[in-house]
Amino acid sequence: MLRRTATAIAVILMAVGPSMAHEFKAGSIEVGHPWSRPTPPSAPVASGYLKLTNTGTEADRLIQVESSFSARAEIHQSVVEEGVAKMRQAEGGIIIEPGGIVDFEAERLHIMFIDPARQLKDKESFPATLVFEKAGRVEVEFAVQRKAGETAPEDHSGHGSGK
Amino acid sequence: MNKIKIFQIATWTAVAVAAGILIGVKGMLPNGELQEHASSTGTARVGGPFELTSHTGEKFDNARLAGKPYLVFFGFTHCPDICPTTLYELTDLMDVLGPDADKLTPLFITVDPERDTQTVLSEYMTAFDERIVALRGELADIDKAVKAFSAYYNKVPTEGGGYTMDHTAGVILMDAKGGFFGTLDMHEPRETVLAKLRRLIASNA
Repeated sequence: MLRRTATAIAVILMAVGPSMAHEFKAGSIEVGHPWSRPTPPSAPVASGYLKLTNTGTEADRLIQVESSFSARAEIHQSVVEEGVAKMRQAEGGIIIEPGGIVDFEAERLHIMFIDPARQLKDKESFPATLVFEKAGRVEVEFAVQRKAGETAPEDHSGHGSGK
Repeated sequence: MNKIKIFQIATWTAVAVAAGILIGVKGMLPNGELQEHASSTGTARVGGPFELTSHTGEKFDNARLAGKPYLVFFGFTHCPDICPTTLYELTDLMDVLGPDADKLTPLFITVDPERDTQTVLSEYMTAFDERIVALRGELADIDKAVKAFSAYYNKVPTEGGGYTMDHTAGVILMDAKGGFFGTLDMHEPRETVLAKLRRLIASNA
């Protein structure tokens, strides 16, 4: 009985979880709503987005992302220059200044999960570990959703989207 | 030198600087070159002969597109961000357009045929509107298609021995006569994009 209730709760949490905003914390780094898009079948890569807030007084740096979901994960920046889309690895990771926010979507950053273990479907989730220079390792869950900004859409002021 | 003279010199200097900036900015606009062709000549250079193979294994050339407006997007499946987003967005747009969407042919041309085999593409495309046709070919055929649409791609090595592809980001709109009609930027508001597609469809009414 207890087990069945626990299962029922887990199922409800899984169903509700990904569509709601979720947050993780490591030291003075807050990780806001990590999310990913559903992938087409046999897609060799998947993307991940999140928002990093540094509530501390020292700069920190996201240096690595690890996940059992993919063979490798890299942090990339996409740019469109003169109508040409380019993607480059973010050299040396992502610096989060004290009091600063790095919104991956607004800054056209993404985590690229290379060689994913499976196809991602809407409303699923998968775990990953973010490794920060100072805040250390933090376990997070990436929620799979179709659209960007399904949570906290009011929170994009102060970020120049025009790049 | 009197004050009027200084004012005149300053004014002309400002005009020259402003003109220089305008020319510079115009040249830097995304797809600025494509748009200029359309407006200055009426008949665009964009859109020449090409012959590729669809994700279902059929021969697919420009002659097959005659009489119906079409959309061209260059990309590759090892692209986690812009390419699937554009294809999902096109899928949504086709859905919103309803029966009118049948009056368009959207094409997704891979610039990475080495990794995007027909098997990969045929599975990949099942996630999107079934009217979107993915096309591939030998590198020389891809080059010809890229050139036909005045587009661009470049293979860029990455750390660890892999590579990524730089490619034209926008969706190119072609009218039923194979003439350049405009481009779509998926960062434009949905309404703007839909209005352009409806105009493209209406152009063939």
